[in-house]
Amino acid sequence: MSLQTIPLHSFDAGAQAALNNPQVRRNFRQAMDGLMSKRAAAFADWELEPLRELGAAIRLRALARLPELLEQLEANLQKQGVQVHWAQTGEEACQIIRDICQARGAKSVIKGKSMVSEEMELNHFLEAAGIEALESDLGEYIVQLAEETPSHIIMPAIHKNTDEISQLLHEKTGTEPSHDVDYLTASARQQLREKFMTADVGISGVNFAVAETGTLCLVENEGNGRLTTSVPACHIAVTGIEKVIEKLEDVTPLLALLTRSATGQHITTYFNMVSAPRQADEKDGPEAVHLVLVDSGRSAIYQDEALLDTLRCIRCGACMNHCPVYTRIGGHAYGTTYPGPIGKILMPHLLGLEATQDLPSASTLCGACAEVCPVKIPIPRLLQRLRKEAVDGDSLRPSRVRGHGVKRHWRERLIWSVWRQIHARPRAYRWAGNLLTRLRGLMPKQLGGWTRVRTLPKPAARTLHQLMQTRDAQTKTAQEPRA
Amino acid sequence: MSQALPPTPPTQVIFYATCLVDLYFPDAGLAGIQLLERQGIQVIFPQNQTCCGQPAYSSGFNDQAREVVLAQLEALAGDCPIVLPSGSCAAMMKHHYPELFAGTPQAQAIQALADRVWELSDFLLRVCQIQLQDQGQPIKVAMHTSCSARREMGLAETGPQLLDQLSQVERVEQARASECCGFGGRFSLRHADISAAMVADKAQALKAAGAERFVTTDCGCMMNIAGYTEKQGLGLPGQHLLSFLWERLNAEGQAPEEVGGRS
Ligand code: SF4
Repeated sequence: MSLQTIPLHSFDAGAQAALNNPQVRRNFRQAMDGLMSKRAAAFADWELEPLRELGAAIRLRALARLPELLEQLEANLQKQGVQVHWAQTGEEACQIIRDICQARGAKSVIKGKSMVSEEMELNHFLEAAGIEALESDLGEYIVQLAEETPSHIIMPAIHKNTDEISQLLHEKTGTEPSHDVDYLTASARQQLREKFMTADVGISGVNFAVAETGTLCLVENEGNGRLTTSVPACHIAVTGIEKVIEKLEDVTPLLALLTRSATGQHITTYFNMVSAPRQADEKDGPEAVHLVLVDSGRSAIYQDEALLDTLRCIRCGACMNHCPVYTRIGGHAYGTTYPGPIGKILMPHLLGLEATQDLPSASTLCGACAEVCPVKIPIPRLLQRLRKEAVDGDSLRPSRVRGHGVKRHWRERLIWSVWRQIHARPRAYRWAGNLLTRLRGLMPKQLGGWTRVRTLPKPAARTLHQLMQTRDAQTKTAQEPRA
Repeated sequence: MSQALPPTPPTQVIFYATCLVDLYFPDAGLAGIQLLERQGIQVIFPQNQTCCGQPAYSSGFNDQAREVVLAQLEALAGDCPIVLPSGSCAAMMKHHYPELFAGTPQAQAIQALADRVWELSDFLLRVCQIQLQDQGQPIKVAMHTSCSARREMGLAETGPQLLDQLSQVERVEQARASECCGFGGRFSLRHADISAAMVADKAQALKAAGAERFVTTDCGCMMNIAGYTEKQGLGLPGQHLLSFLWERLNAEGQAPEEVGGRS
């Protein structure tokens, strides 16, 4: 099974299509502007830096003990009656989930929002096995109706405006067209509620898995997460192995960072903590709870001290909200489950660099992402590392990422070795500079995409090296005592 | 998180031109040198300097970058501060050199070099505590602070503070001032369409703010934005901040010193 619905080499084509679509551009610009100002307002009264330091430290502390914490999590959950499964790949995770469903004779599942399940294309897998999977998060529901993929990790349908959503709901569900967001939401809810009552299995993601207490935390706004995890007789939580944290008290700062960074909320409407199936004296809750822990390339990241930072991510989406590239091309152009800056540093590990060819280069390294990341992931630095891996550009530090060297090309290497020949030798550089000033009238008028919208700058008549040589010589003569 | 000031103001600095200033905007370099000299600082210009190595480094060619960096290490030997008319190249030297050489025999020497590096406008403002007397005509100017200057060097306020010393300059602020202009070195060629969309927005924001001119400390951004405004006929030229400051200190319109033309 392919992990991708959109072929990755189409990044350029996807970007092009988005840039040429004024509606998509407006939708993203407006949405991102809104999210940026909401985040800024939510942190306005906070000393943000110490909180980000704390968030980063919590995640690093957890990652440092990852194998141990995962075992602790497993042991505690098992003690509480939760069955824990390990999946090496996304496909394996899909099989585990399918098997659980089939063992129960399940025909339909209702899903809360889970990016990991998107990553492994769970819905398609289940449908192929004859199990209906319905998304219950409003954004995911819209994306599913439209037969699309999420364009944002927090707001899956952010690429659509109200009109488009109204149209879609009308076509697919017969809802009366309307501009009233509340009406549209209520009508979608109505359809979903019925499904909740009849679904055999609920599948959710996990925001934090607390090792110390064996608690699965789920952050959401619509109540669909609570229904997913409590109404059907069986709940399956699925998550990447990196989501584990040490202690319950670590949740508070991470949650404060997550909701504010993501949507500018001080707290979400719902915060669920799942630690066991329904107990004898409880009135509701599933009779069976499963946790599926997915590796899917994560442990390979874990082997490398620098790349490890990638795994700190708490999936808040702030990096994409603040990314000037994402803002202009939207999430679909990336062709990957996770778009934007986090996608650029994560997807090459999940898919290999061959598959994510153009992602690491599609950045100006402006650093807007790292500036807002609540756990201080040095995203530009990681992009730089991936660029280096793509061309095997560092003989002192061997490449490690799957598919490294994919961008190694003799022409590119030739360019940089000529560049080095000139710039590592001052005389050669000065000679080349002089030559450039002499040829300044002969410069080409066209330079690829640059001159499509810009003029080319003209080399100076004299380089600063030349000017300063003259100047220093003059000063010297002036200082010499006259004979 | 700004760079610690030296205990006593230095009397001598090394001027590192950066390749773009050297080859395309030497007037910005001269302006910087003259601003320093006006503060009574002796400026040394090592003829063996070339490029900071950033183009190769940001393309992933660390081996080639390292060799070029070693040539700079040799050219910039000494103890005095090294000043650069570029936030991006200053950040390369200050923050990326040590990373590039971590664990190598040169690591210590490279760190010592990095510690001496200053972005020139920051150096003028905080170390020299420059006082600017404006001699020019009234003008509306917008500052574009590059992403490296803003985020890697922490200099978001530096350019504006210098401009605000000029009595005849009305500094206007463009919308989304902190957003990248879309240059990004090879990004502007490799992902030309995205870059074009970014620079278009940036130029329009500067224009909409009512700026007659924009200034910046990074020549990459300047080539990008000014190249765009020129081609589109927006009537919004760009200038290096140092050239602009020097121009304001002297009679309006007067270019920096003509080298070789004087007795
Ligand atoms: S990389 Fe940082 S900003 Fe981006 S989603 Fe992850 S935690 Fe949020």
